[in-house]
Amino acid sequence: MALLEVKNITKRFGKTEVLKGIDFSLEKGQVLSIIGSSGSGKTTLLRCLNFLETPDTGVISVDGSAIFDAAEHKKKSAAEIRESRLRFGLVFQSFNLFPQYSVMENLTLAPKLRAKEEAKQSKLPHAELKQKFAEIEEHAAELLAAVGLSEKKDAYPCQLSGGQQQRVSIARALAMKPDILCFDEPTSALDPELTGEVLKVIKELRDEGRTMIVVTHEMDFARQVSDHIIFMANGIIEEEGAPEKVFGAPESPLLQSFLKGIG
Amino acid sequence: MAITWSSFLKVTLRLLEGFENTCLIFALTLVLALPLGLVISFGSMSKFKPLAYLTKVFVWIIRGVPLMLQVFVVFYVPRLLWDLPAFSRFNAVIVAFVINYACYFSEIYRGGIEGIPRGQYEAGEVLGMTKSQIFFKVILMQVVKRIIPPMSNEIITLVKDTALARVIMVVEILKVAEEYTAHALIWPMFYTAVFYLAFVGILTLLFGFIEKKLDYYKV
Ligand SMILES: Nc1ncnc2c1ncn2[C@@H]1O[C@H](COP(=O)(O)OP(=O)(O)OP(=O)(O)O)[C@@H](O)[C@H]1O
Ligand SMILES: [Mg+2]
Repeated sequence: MALLEVKNITKRFGKTEVLKGIDFSLEKGQVLSIIGSSGSGKTTLLRCLNFLETPDTGVISVDGSAIFDAAEHKKKSAAEIRESRLRFGLVFQSFNLFPQYSVMENLTLAPKLRAKEEAKQSKLPHAELKQKFAEIEEHAAELLAAVGLSEKKDAYPCQLSGGQQQRVSIARALAMKPDILCFDEPTSALDPELTGEVLKVIKELRDEGRTMIVVTHEMDFARQVSDHIIFMANGIIEEEGAPEKVFGAPESPLLQSFLKGIG
Repeated sequence: MAITWSSFLKVTLRLLEGFENTCLIFALTLVLALPLGLVISFGSMSKFKPLAYLTKVFVWIIRGVPLMLQVFVVFYVPRLLWDLPAFSRFNAVIVAFVINYACYFSEIYRGGIEGIPRGQYEAGEVLGMTKSQIFFKVILMQVVKRIIPPMSNEIITLVKDTALARVIMVVEILKVAEEYTAHALIWPMFYTAVFYLAFVGILTLLFGFIEKKLDYYKV
């Protein structure tokens, strides 16, 4: 069974229907890239998966259980939604690190707040909470090492280059242990010479077997790293398939002209 | 008339007494207007439109009318219109000042809060933080950093606005000096500037210190 199953997601803003029925699924450990021209709805789709937008219709299932169902969404409490959204992580185009916190604190803030809440609910003794905090810090240190920024753990975001900031934000997303990590054009806010270090980190995450969805304009990267490619146009999946097929033998005229325009 | 040491000392002590009241008006206004301003700013940012409009009209009126007039209104209107057991002179000054400054502060807060990029809230949300965790752990310190320069301006203006208390005969340093003027002794009036300058100087140093403390991050 697929790890992620997305069925008939639609979303409209006022009169414009931005997503017109999106269906796809994703196996554990696979990488899905979403490509498509500007305004085709890629960001909106990722935001729906991360509960930043509420789809008008559709179902999102992870591990076989529906974490979002438009028909029942209104009945869900804020706490339930919060629980569901943690199945996903999101790396933003503009990093969105918290400027007043050090790199380490950016990684540990949310997990610690969560541990504190859980400790309160289950009346955990203080010593055990401290133990949990230590584990969170240890995990954060491992993640920083994985993105190659161990020596920057005490730096503040304004002291880092764009590429470093984006690597921190990847580590921060991973600190919440999401099942599926989403990226929205992770390199498009970066100078060209800095994109490489971020793409390298994503490749390494793939090699570790992370399940990821990457919205990107870097076609070479998508081709190398992905198991599956979705090409979106005007709010629908216009064409999808293995990278060799999508890039090597595109069928849809829209995809053909899109690839020409890029190349 | 020559200034003798003994008259200088006497005037200084009298002015200090008045200055005590100046400081009291300043401190009470600040302590009450800072939180009230936050409440008003939430009102003006409310998603419930009638409340937002009402608040904005209120802020417009308060900011559009001279503070001196507001002091008169608070002091005289309740007893003239409704024959109410009105505010004491001192309390009337505090009420008028608090409302006035809360409105100015609310606009500063609003600017500070609305200037925080959406992405900061969204980053907190996707990390599973609650709305209140996001506000208190992520947004607040960024707002504080943004509003310190405009706040320090307002607060320094407040130091000098305390002199308006004398329009309804509340004693403060300038009122004391005026009594000397009435007796043809003019220099105490100019001497009050030293007190104001010292006070503002201390505040300036304090705000400079806070700004420096928050220099380690950029918003
Ligand atoms: N909050 C919103 N309100 C109204 N319209 C919106 C909103 N968010 C997105 N849209 C519209 O939805 C359409 C799809 O936007 P989206 O950001 O999903 O596209 P995209 O594929 O990510 O484009 P890009 O490659 O430029 O990032 C656009 O026409 C956009 O103007
Ligand atoms: Mg986009």
